Amino acid sequence: MTDAAAPKARAAGLSLPRVQSSTVVMVLYLVFLMLPIYWLVNMSLKTNDEILSTFSLWPQDLTFANYATIVTDSSWYMGYVNSIIYVTLNTLISVAVALPAAYAFSRYQFLGDKHLFFWLLTNRMAPPAVFALPFFQLYSSVGLFDTHIAVALAHTLFNVPLAVWILEGFMRGVPKEIDETAYIDGYSFGRFFVRIFMPLIASGIGVAAFFCFMFSWVELLLSRTLTSVEAKPIAATMTRTVSASGLDWGVLAAAGVLTILPGALVIYFVRNYIAKGFALGRV
Amino acid sequence: MEKTVNQKAWLLVLPVLVLVAFSAIVPLMTVVNYSVQDSFGQNQFFWSGLVWFEDILTSERMHDALGRQALFTGIILAIQVPLGIFVALNMPKQGFWATFCLVTMSLPLLIPWNVVGTIWQIFGRVDIGLLGYTLDQLGIDYNYTQDALDAWVTLIVMDVWHWTSLVALLAYAGLKSIPDAYYQAAKIDQASRWKVFRYIELPKMRGVLTIAILLRFMDSFKIYTEPFVVTGGGPGNATTFLSIDLVKMALGQFDLGPAAAFSIVYFLVILAISWVFYTVMTNLDKEEAGK
Repeated sequence: MTDAAAPKARAAGLSLPRVQSSTVVMVLYLVFLMLPIYWLVNMSLKTNDEILSTFSLWPQDLTFANYATIVTDSSWYMGYVNSIIYVTLNTLISVAVALPAAYAFSRYQFLGDKHLFFWLLTNRMAPPAVFALPFFQLYSSVGLFDTHIAVALAHTLFNVPLAVWILEGFMRGVPKEIDETAYIDGYSFGRFFVRIFMPLIASGIGVAAFFCFMFSWVELLLSRTLTSVEAKPIAATMTRTVSASGLDWGVLAAAGVLTILPGALVIYFVRNYIAKGFALGRV
Repeated sequence: MEKTVNQKAWLLVLPVLVLVAFSAIVPLMTVVNYSVQDSFGQNQFFWSGLVWFEDILTSERMHDALGRQALFTGIILAIQVPLGIFVALNMPKQGFWATFCLVTMSLPLLIPWNVVGTIWQIFGRVDIGLLGYTLDQLGIDYNYTQDALDAWVTLIVMDVWHWTSLVALLAYAGLKSIPDAYYQAAKIDQASRWKVFRYIELPKMRGVLTIAILLRFMDSFKIYTEPFVVTGGGPGNATTFLSIDLVKMALGQFDLGPAAAFSIVYFLVILAISWVFYTVMTNLDKEEAGK
């Protein structure tokens, strides 16, 4: 992976001497990242007997029984379905309400705009542990306990501010003249926004959706508190099964591997936006 | 960009306002409500003033948890920020390997937090985990469920594993935005590698690094799931961070009053520190725009 072949042999004098060492650094770092995941995959392909009796770097007695348990038992696979339903709902809601708000923040000055923006961000800072009990009571009292929409709404607490923040960063990069020209051409706000503006910040919308997906997918405390049976997320299914059956390590590992897959898929689709996306449009 | 004054912009913000008010203000008021009341059970509450706040602010339990939390956040920031920058500097700039590194590095970020906990819980076990077993074979006495120091080391390594990539990716995005001309100028000036980093790369990464530190601070200060799965706050209370302690108090012992007062103090601490970060960050943005 030398830069030599690249059209812009950027600062060859600066980067060439560290090509060797940088490869070593990256290999070491990636190995560090992959080792625990490798171990999880390794365990998921073993029988429980093998896990507990022998210590081996790869399965001696390869089995897919752990995965079979999960895909054939509805109490397991419904966990994935539930998670995906509320994560999708949450992403849709968060991005939909964040779009107009981010536009307002990026284009207009209005009474209390800076305070409002910071107040929104404070919700991103709020520890879920603070909100767990009040959320439980709130959603129980309005009859939404144990529904997908309850979890989706609860997760908007930290995802909406984040989506507003990201989208505002991207929208700031779009010149205001575009808006003005469109209004002069007789576009209404709604048509301008959907037909002209949204395509311009499509990558920003993608990044915002990615982050909403990510933080909703990985959260457990709130989604576990707000559900019991009907909308129970896969992550909660895992913890409960561990405490109930004790030591079914193989199935636990297989379930863990399966929770990594959706994230890996999403990353693959947005791989070209990741670098810019992580800078929240602020580079 | 010049912004026009337009009060109607409030209408555009309204949906967010309604939604966040429903999911933030209503629950927060519940918490405030509990924090100033006491109960003898049967849902009978009476006014108790600021007793719970006095209790919490003087209680050793809160102080200890806060101390542990500050120590944890300090350590992981001190490791993750330099390490993240270092990794970003060493990442390939383009081509297949750049994408490969990006995708692989993002992977830990998208694993549900309790699965992260589970992965490390297994990985560190002496009987079935690769890490624990290897350390055991090397003759190192390692047991994260019994020994407080081992538990801390495990949690810190886990958090470094989990989140360093976020810092690295942000720093990488900052590095990518540096035009080639800067490097060429540095080469003509025969600037050393260190000087290039100090006077070109670091200033250009300042903005994204502030975001990284802000995000890492907020998230590490409210960490709950991962340590809960791995150590459950133990051994003893050695790894009982603020959120773990709070959940124990609120859902475990159902001490609503103290837990609510605890929540508010906790939230205010995060708010105060984040406000400082945020102010620094917006000032940086302004400086940049002013250039």
